[in-house]
Amino acid sequence: MPELPDTGVDDEIGSGPTATEAFEREQHEFGGVAGDSGLLQVGAIEAGPASTRRRGAGLGFGAWAAIGWMGFIILIAVLAKVGILTWGDANESFASCARKGPLADEGGAKGFLLGCDSNGRDMIPRLALGAWTSLLVAVGAVTLGFIIGGTLGLIAGFTGGKTDTILTGMFNVLLSVPVIIMALALVAFLQGASGEEGALSPEMILIIAIGVVAIPLIGRITRASSLTWAQREFVLASRAQGAKSRRIMIREVLPNVLPAMFSIALLAIGIAIVAEGALAILGVGVRPPTPSWGNMIALDRGNLFKSPHIVFEASLLIFFTVLSLNLLGDVVRARFDVREGGL
Amino acid sequence: MELTKTVAKRLLQLVIVLLFVTMFTFLLIRLLPGDPTTTIIPFGTDAQRAVLRQDLGLDKPLYEQYADYLTNLLQGDLGKQYNSGRPVIDLVSQSLPVSLQLMIYAQFIALLFAIPLGIFTAYRAGTRSDKAINTSAFALLALPNFVLALFLSYFVGAQLKWLPTGGYAPGWLDQFFDSSRSPDLIEHARYLLLPAITLAVGQIAVYMRLLRSDMIATLQENFITMAKAKGLSNQRILWRHALRPSSLTLLTVAGLNVGTLIGGAVVIEVIYGIPGMGLKIYQAVFSKEYVELQSYVVVIAVLFVLVNFFVDFLYTVLDPRIRRARAS
Repeated sequence: MPELPDTGVDDEIGSGPTATEAFEREQHEFGGVAGDSGLLQVGAIEAGPASTRRRGAGLGFGAWAAIGWMGFIILIAVLAKVGILTWGDANESFASCARKGPLADEGGAKGFLLGCDSNGRDMIPRLALGAWTSLLVAVGAVTLGFIIGGTLGLIAGFTGGKTDTILTGMFNVLLSVPVIIMALALVAFLQGASGEEGALSPEMILIIAIGVVAIPLIGRITRASSLTWAQREFVLASRAQGAKSRRIMIREVLPNVLPAMFSIALLAIGIAIVAEGALAILGVGVRPPTPSWGNMIALDRGNLFKSPHIVFEASLLIFFTVLSLNLLGDVVRARFDVREGGL
Repeated sequence: MELTKTVAKRLLQLVIVLLFVTMFTFLLIRLLPGDPTTTIIPFGTDAQRAVLRQDLGLDKPLYEQYADYLTNLLQGDLGKQYNSGRPVIDLVSQSLPVSLQLMIYAQFIALLFAIPLGIFTAYRAGTRSDKAINTSAFALLALPNFVLALFLSYFVGAQLKWLPTGGYAPGWLDQFFDSSRSPDLIEHARYLLLPAITLAVGQIAVYMRLLRSDMIATLQENFITMAKAKGLSNQRILWRHALRPSSLTLLTVAGLNVGTLIGGAVVIEVIYGIPGMGLKIYQAVFSKEYVELQSYVVVIAVLFVLVNFFVDFLYTVLDPRIRRARAS
């Protein structure tokens, strides 16, 4: 048997965790947001290159590639939104190009590097504008989740006692429905509630639905993190100096919780992008003709065998973006040596 | 005593969750502004609307409506599909076994690959092959299952033509729910292999990581040194001595994941056109069958909660260390 190197496993299992503990642990090791389905199950934090990385070491090739990719995606998204990359209209169709592209049965079309979708719309501006929509929905949803879930989690972890029991119970109850089903039900409801004329834009509906689903997930992680910090000596010192709870919470605990939250936020954006895609495939995505990566896949899923480029191009963008976000989340976590124990 | 207490606590939790889920789905439709019947059947005729209004008991106060709804649920009455008038319970009993089989296969495939990989990477922790496998696992976790589904159905299904990319044949479970469906196991396997693999891939990465870290801890225990000193082969030590104590967390998470797989299966079923709960949900959303949709959400949520409850309970009973710890 070869020597077993120290791989930094810090969980003692000798005493045998209870099922709930094991589950919580899974939630932690996998980014805490692994609530649902392979689909939303993201980011084994310790997986991959992380185990070899030391705190303070330079960023590896992977991290730089991830930063580069995210920069590129954000750039094209913004350029498309302000109308530079779309050359005017992302919805303009070119009949000669419909369904043509790399890998397509009918071959590629001249002048359209990535081909066109089934309506003859150039893929490049649509993918770029889709990036804007997908990022908008994902970032919006995560922001919403953090504002509400983060605040509740912070209060629960810091206050403890009855407040904690009630809030944690609430989170657990909300997590008792598979998240994708919950999000789907919420979208269906909000679509009905906003009526045909649309009091809420489809993007806003998705932001709310995914954001609401994220609340308990983010809340639980924030709670765990703030719980450990709330028990530290400097909190006690601050209290001894007569600081009010609110001040301690905001000035002492919050700044320490933030790095962990930032890492979780990166993972959560990745999950939200995937969630948008899944909801689009389930038929409740952004309303066409507005493109998002999810609804580009959903709309041309039927052309998969004849013109696979349409679906694959959007799929690849989702994959690389989520991979980059996972990697960056991982890097941030390693940098700040974020450990969430104390549950 | 302790066990009874734990079970009682869990049961209470179960009831609360079930109440929440039913109330949530109930209110979703009732809280919609305007006439609920226009939301439930936007394309319905006036006569249908009148029937619906009576069915839903819209003239009664809200709490009575909820009580009626719960009573109906407990009696297995999930309402009707409005366009066809078919009872939703029939649709559920057709689609539920399909989804269940898909999940069972996915779970099986995931464990089949994850256990050897987990053992291997723990045994070779820190080596190049360990890193390569871990990095692949990291990449797989970023692969949304619908993307994988589309890739597999294009390359394996359409290009190589090894397996069908859509459709379904009844398997061993369907007949218990609907006696008219006789099993055709070979076709069944052909139709479900790709979807099950799709659903399994993400789980493999998760399970493997979990087993690896537990296994590394186990391999540092004294009884492993003892086994080595006795001169047992590595194979025997890994599979017979180390695997069992290392697999507790893995099995729990795998158990709890049966519930979470339900969510993943929804999207997979839509892409592969498998007539399970997921495809039914998709169709219900598409045709705005809100009562039907509501029923699926309830069924899935109840299933999810029950599975989690059962696994949690089983875990306490099966693990002697926990049982003893709680007893003392």
